[in-house]
Amino acid sequence: MSTDLASPIPLEAFLSVAAMLFCVGVWGLINSRNAVRVLMSIELMLNAVNINLMAFSNYLDGQLIRGQVFAIFVITVAAAEAAVGLAILLSLYRNRETVDMERFNLLRW
Amino acid sequence: MSIASTTQQICFLVLSATTVVGSLGVVLLPNIVYSAFLLGGVFLSVAGLYLLLNASFVAAAQILVYVGAVNVLILFAIMLVNKQETLAVIPGLLVRRLLSGAVCAGLFALLLRVAFTTTWALPGPPPVGEEATIRIGEHLFTDYLLPFELASVLLLMAMIGAIVLARRDVFSTDVITGEPADQGLIEKERTPLLIEKSANEPTLLTKP
Repeated sequence: MSTDLASPIPLEAFLSVAAMLFCVGVWGLINSRNAVRVLMSIELMLNAVNINLMAFSNYLDGQLIRGQVFAIFVITVAAAEAAVGLAILLSLYRNRETVDMERFNLLRW
Repeated sequence: MSIASTTQQICFLVLSATTVVGSLGVVLLPNIVYSAFLLGGVFLSVAGLYLLLNASFVAAAQILVYVGAVNVLILFAIMLVNKQETLAVIPGLLVRRLLSGAVCAGLFALLLRVAFTTTWALPGPPPVGEEATIRIGEHLFTDYLLPFELASVLLLMAMIGAIVLARRDVFSTDVITGEPADQGLIEKERTPLLIEKSANEPTLLTKP
């Protein structure tokens, strides 16, 4: 890592940022009571995964950057997920008149 | 890359601090509109991190898709479902939050331990740098062609699914009574409507 070809930022720094982002996303996913915030937490987690993919792609797979291709696919799936998730949320809001996650217990056994 | 290493380090510190603080704000702020705007800031700083990782194309895609589409979509959803409601008090909410916080801190410690104890195969091959876009294009049209086409089908499915789920005029008959029941009958008048309804009487449906 001390050669001038290598990046001055260690790989572990990127992995730490991604881990922090992922854990914050998990916490928000568990604890949010607004359904829109749950979707935002999912986006945070997907971004953390993308940071990991891009870091590994740059540091360990510099010639065939397969991690970047994977990140593009993740971005695509995330966009589709956001669209469908928000549509489901809109239809739920019409039927239940709330966005409180604690009251979306229609499927509870 | 021609950027000096100290500049890269400073950029990384600023961008990662913005990412972490912004994500904490997204999760913790009580006003959800602030959360949505902070989420846009998080997306932008993640795009900056991608630039530091020699990936200009993915950074541009991140800004276009996340900031331009997903964040705007989330803001639209917030404005559509924005109703001030008093949330019911749940017993043991603080305990639940602390417990899940402890679990997430444990997960964070585990991930950090994995990241720092694994001996990565460093230094890897030198990064391609500015040729990354060309390489991505070659990948997408040779060995990742099938996932690329599947992604287009997935986007089409998501588009149709979102339209079907979010449209209003879904006419159907009630299973039990046999009366016409559409979503407009289920909605109350105080629901914010995009389309002004002319009359509140239910429209009679002609059965096929």
